[in-house]
Amino acid sequence: MRKGNLWYWVFLAPVLIALVAVVILPLMYGIYYSFTDWNGIYTTSFVGLDHYKALIGDEEFRNSLWFTTKFTVVSVFLINFFGLSLALLVTQKFKGNHVLRTIFFMPNLIGGLILGFIWQFIFIKVFSSIGDILGVEGLKVWLATEETGFWALAILMSWQLAGYVMVIYISFLEGVPRELLESAQIDGANSFQRFFHVTLPLVMPAFTVSLFLTLSNSFKLYDQNLSLTGGGPYNSTQMVAMEIYNTAFVENAMAFAQAKAVIFFLIVATISLTQVYINKKREVEL
Amino acid sequence: MRRNSKFLIPILGLTLAILWLAPFYLMFVNSFKTKKEIFTDTLKLPDIFTFDNYKEAFIELDFLRTLFNSVLITTLAVVIIIIFSSMAAYALSRKGGKMSIFIFFLFVAAMLIPFQSVMIPLIAIFGKVDMLNKAGLIFMYLGFGASLSIFLYHGALSGISKSLDEAATIDGASRFQVFWYIIFPMLKPITVTVAILNIIWIWNDYLLPSLVINKTGNETIPLKMFFFFGEYTKQWHLALAGLAIAIIPVIIVYFFLQKHIIKGIAEGSVK
Repeated sequence: MRKGNLWYWVFLAPVLIALVAVVILPLMYGIYYSFTDWNGIYTTSFVGLDHYKALIGDEEFRNSLWFTTKFTVVSVFLINFFGLSLALLVTQKFKGNHVLRTIFFMPNLIGGLILGFIWQFIFIKVFSSIGDILGVEGLKVWLATEETGFWALAILMSWQLAGYVMVIYISFLEGVPRELLESAQIDGANSFQRFFHVTLPLVMPAFTVSLFLTLSNSFKLYDQNLSLTGGGPYNSTQMVAMEIYNTAFVENAMAFAQAKAVIFFLIVATISLTQVYINKKREVEL
Repeated sequence: MRRNSKFLIPILGLTLAILWLAPFYLMFVNSFKTKKEIFTDTLKLPDIFTFDNYKEAFIELDFLRTLFNSVLITTLAVVIIIIFSSMAAYALSRKGGKMSIFIFFLFVAAMLIPFQSVMIPLIAIFGKVDMLNKAGLIFMYLGFGASLSIFLYHGALSGISKSLDEAATIDGASRFQVFWYIIFPMLKPITVTVAILNIIWIWNDYLLPSLVINKTGNETIPLKMFFFFGEYTKQWHLALAGLAIAIIPVIIVYFFLQKHIIKGIAEGSVK
């Protein structure tokens, strides 16, 4: 019996050790530290809920949470709208549709940090040049205000991730049986009716996947935030992930930052689970 | 109506493609200009294409070394993720039982934990045991990458009949032999997917290496790019050339492997 089990644990050991060392232990330590005065090296006392109470009054954290939430709502909508539109476009029969897929997907290979820098150039130099030509002052100061910084981030994310969710939508669109669409057409359904009554219900599972992906990606955004706006001006475009980083490594308030990190974990887990639960339920009904 | 849409769709596609490529185009075009020219004529083609920016950025980025670091870290991390995740998924799917369900659940649940929630204690713990280096980084990638990889392998393994294992065992093969000689080769399509998903993520990762790698000379491309950018924010001519140098290798690889990459992404995210 014992000997029969040995291979099992040998096969599992490397990943289990890594998971425990990298995720489980740090999570447990992190929760513990958030109740203490930990400074990154040692703790002297247990402070109970003090950090969590202080969080309620922490305007910077509240602002970043609100900014992140607004951003997530807008970017999830835009990414999925563009992603589905692109997927519908490139699944039409015409020459070059495969080249288009390749192009729309490309930004996802390059990585958020670098894309953020490229777009920083676009927003600062190119937009202001266009602003000069058109005489539109507003175009010259993108990234300089909270509102335009918000839209700059939303544009960058839509441009990057639309191609990713496009790939997901394509794989479901290609699974829609041709005969079903053809028979709907014979029955007199126009293209809108065919889309809303035949195609859309069948690609519902794609929404589950891509909503999950875009929600958590937008909510946890860091790299693009760092390289595009750097959180500026005056921390107004600083999202939660960056706020936690800065509290820990710039302000050196380790235990306080960890309390923020615990709240962040609870929010992300709740959102992800709720979203999957709701979508799964919708799928079954259809 | 029908005839119209025949022209409309390709034209719409072309317009969107231009829009999608515009940021890259503007980056490339301006990377050949002088500092002054970028400032005065951002939208025009350069008067004379100069490669000076590229020469300087290449040296400033210590590009060959940086590229080597990225290739080394990504390759090693992805190889160990593939080896150990596939083995773990095999054990979990073949043995079954409550323990396996629990361990599998543990890995899936770990996917819900955002990196920022564990980042601060992680760095503290690894700092204590002196593992804030390349080896530590690769080990961390195994811990963070295992969940999705095990999930994907687990799904693929449920489609491979257990009778294969049994037949081989009767012939006297050990578990290692059964797995490496019979099962693992059959997992090749999913291994490609696992490799692609992990390569893209690890190659582009910035935050984790920025916290772990603190020695000059060990930087990966995103890391070096950040330092480089910090110093050259006002020097767009060098910065743009640097960005171009960083993404050209990726675009070349993508050009050759695009079919596999897009297919791998589709399979990885749909399962």
